Amino acid sequence: MTPNFHLWLIPLLPLFGAAINGLFGRRFGRKLAASVGLTFSGAACAQGLWVALEFSSLGTGLYRESLAVWIHAGDLHVDFAFYLDQLSLIMLLIVSGVGFLIHIYSVGYMGKEAGLYRFFSYLNLFLFFMLTLVLASNYLLMFVGWEGVGLASYLLIGFWFTKDQAASAGKKAFIANRIGDFGFLIGLFLLIKHFGSLDFESLFASIQLRSPETQSAGLLTSIALLLMVGACGKSAQIPLYVWLPDAMEGPTPVSALIHAATMVTAGIYMIARSHLIFDRAPVAGMTVAILGTLTAFFAATIAIVQTDIKKVLAYSTISQLGYMFLACGVAAYTAGIFHLMTHAFFKGLLFLAAGAVMHATGGEQDMRAMGGLRTKIPWTFWTMTMATFAIAGIPPLAGFFSKDEILWQAYASARGSWLYWLLGVITASMTSFYMFRLWFLTFFGEYRGGRAQTHLPAQPAGPGGQAGGHNLPRVPSEHGGIHESPKVMLVPMVILAVLSVVGGWVSYHHTFENFLSPVFRGAGAASAVETRPSSSAGESPLEESGERETLFTTLSVAAAAFGFFLAWLLYHRRPELPKSIAHEILGLYHTVLHKYYVDELYAILFVNPLLKGSAKLLWRGIDQNVIDAGLDASAHATRRLSDTMRHMQSGNLRSYAGWMSLGAAAVIAYMVWTGIP
Amino acid sequence: MVPLSCYLVLSGILFACGVAGFLIKRNIITIFMSIELMLNGANLSFVAFAAQWKALSGQIFVFFVMVVAAAEAAVGLAIIIAVFRTRETLNVDRVNLLKL
Repeated sequence: MTPNFHLWLIPLLPLFGAAINGLFGRRFGRKLAASVGLTFSGAACAQGLWVALEFSSLGTGLYRESLAVWIHAGDLHVDFAFYLDQLSLIMLLIVSGVGFLIHIYSVGYMGKEAGLYRFFSYLNLFLFFMLTLVLASNYLLMFVGWEGVGLASYLLIGFWFTKDQAASAGKKAFIANRIGDFGFLIGLFLLIKHFGSLDFESLFASIQLRSPETQSAGLLTSIALLLMVGACGKSAQIPLYVWLPDAMEGPTPVSALIHAATMVTAGIYMIARSHLIFDRAPVAGMTVAILGTLTAFFAATIAIVQTDIKKVLAYSTISQLGYMFLACGVAAYTAGIFHLMTHAFFKGLLFLAAGAVMHATGGEQDMRAMGGLRTKIPWTFWTMTMATFAIAGIPPLAGFFSKDEILWQAYASARGSWLYWLLGVITASMTSFYMFRLWFLTFFGEYRGGRAQTHLPAQPAGPGGQAGGHNLPRVPSEHGGIHESPKVMLVPMVILAVLSVVGGWVSYHHTFENFLSPVFRGAGAASAVETRPSSSAGESPLEESGERETLFTTLSVAAAAFGFFLAWLLYHRRPELPKSIAHEILGLYHTVLHKYYVDELYAILFVNPLLKGSAKLLWRGIDQNVIDAGLDASAHATRRLSDTMRHMQSGNLRSYAGWMSLGAAAVIAYMVWTGIP
Repeated sequence: MVPLSCYLVLSGILFACGVAGFLIKRNIITIFMSIELMLNGANLSFVAFAAQWKALSGQIFVFFVMVVAAAEAAVGLAIIIAVFRTRETLNVDRVNLLKL
């Protein structure tokens, strides 16, 4: 007998928390609001853990729970149903676990904030939607969660809504996501039209019946491409990545939870979930891989020159998401999900640590005004060190295993290419470089902060974004100057640091891969057979592949070490060098500093034409000249007509009698003329 | 035998005279008489059709109309006298206010 997991409770618990805080939170004190938020997210996390422990008791590794019929129209059935397999279990653990840790952290970080209840309400709401997304058993319910996390993200980015930048950053995120969602929706419509179902199990069963050679290949490719557009929006890939850097206007725990660890990985989850479609659409897979590689590469180059600590991490997130995209594109879904998990640990931690640094320095975000913090905030320093080494890919930390796996698959998988690998390795060394740059600038050298220096030349601002916006309401420096964060913030950081260290070891002996293999059965089998050094051809190719894997691993570690060395040289040993180098390549430097002018380009290409078009054509043209004018004209006509007609009503009885007899005569004449008896 | 159409034409002429008198004349009594003329125009067509189709209901209808016209004449003349007493005129154009 299969156990009853009551999966529906997992998303609903945070929803209760959100409702309680949202409806009555205004009357709560800080402690009560925070404890409501923590209780419900913690309960969801606990139930997630319980489900994970009980999961092995499922023989098949599949669990479905249908609550109610949602839509029943013609052949289309959509239920409120939840679905648990290895993939959603991992996502469930990441979301609820990291989510709960960040809830705890927020108690410390946001503790002095006005509207704390609002913050926890939004945060719980986010958890509700995200858990719905990962536990949904059909695309439509997933889409509900998908839109919902977009909403929660909008609300949380604009949490400090009185600040103009924050409000517009929220709007930008929402709109960029809408573009992607549009593609996602059309993909869903195509699925309904051609397969008549949105439920994962039945849909994939009917897709599996079709082989790539049949005529539906083009259809599947277009569906996959449309789904990919959706994933691009949510997971901040080229060309829709522009919202993520601006999203850093939100509070730092939000950046950690939504814009690093969980929400932005929804796109990768969705692609992995739809891997049967992508397996049968090689062109779409290739597009995903190319987009991922390019995103990883370009975002890394931008991250190198950013001076805002959160912006560096934001571009780094985009870059790492690019890696995951690349993995999904070359059908190495396991590697992608693996990186997703480790990334959730170390990137979440990096943001939390950045928040702790900002907390320590009174809201400073500019790395040029930091430095020498190593001894002043040792806990933050050490946890951040773990995360930095993990993301840079230094063995044996988590990031090393997952990134190495992706790079190897990018080369060795059937859809891989050495080009992906090369760009990936270059990106890896850039990753290592910018992360250690951040590390050195923040924690080493002399402390460059102080009130006098906060007026450093601000970083160029994109249309939507602005650097140097101090997120934290400044803690007065009398508040003990630079100080370590409270324990409530440090504990989640330490837990995440431990996970960043050991998180990669689950791949030992392919444990992780075997665990996920039932989900990616088709893809796994395909890549095992198609792996370039054909594994079925006997011993020696296998050995050769093993050797090559070792070589590749060595190369990627070397790349990371090179990045470390370069950062050490430029930002620790010879801190005057970066300026002169930047001076040498001034044009390139400025282009990168301005993020390749992508925001400006979008403004010219899309935003301004849209603005002008709607102002001139839609507003003045159609609304004023057609709709309003038409309405006015009909009103005028009515008035003029009644002006004439009112003379009929003179008040003179005999004229009424005259009109009456005229009317009667007209009626009689009509009847005589038409011959009505 | 006078054909039906003659009666109907006469009835139409009577009715039209009534309408014209009602519209043109200002004297209340003349207007009153015009109304009687219209009623009688209608009566004529009633009896003409009744005779044509040998149906009794038309004849009986005429009696009803005559009774109502008589009643109306009684009430109407009483009103006219009352009006004349209060306003000292029979011109309808002067009698355009309900309250003095």
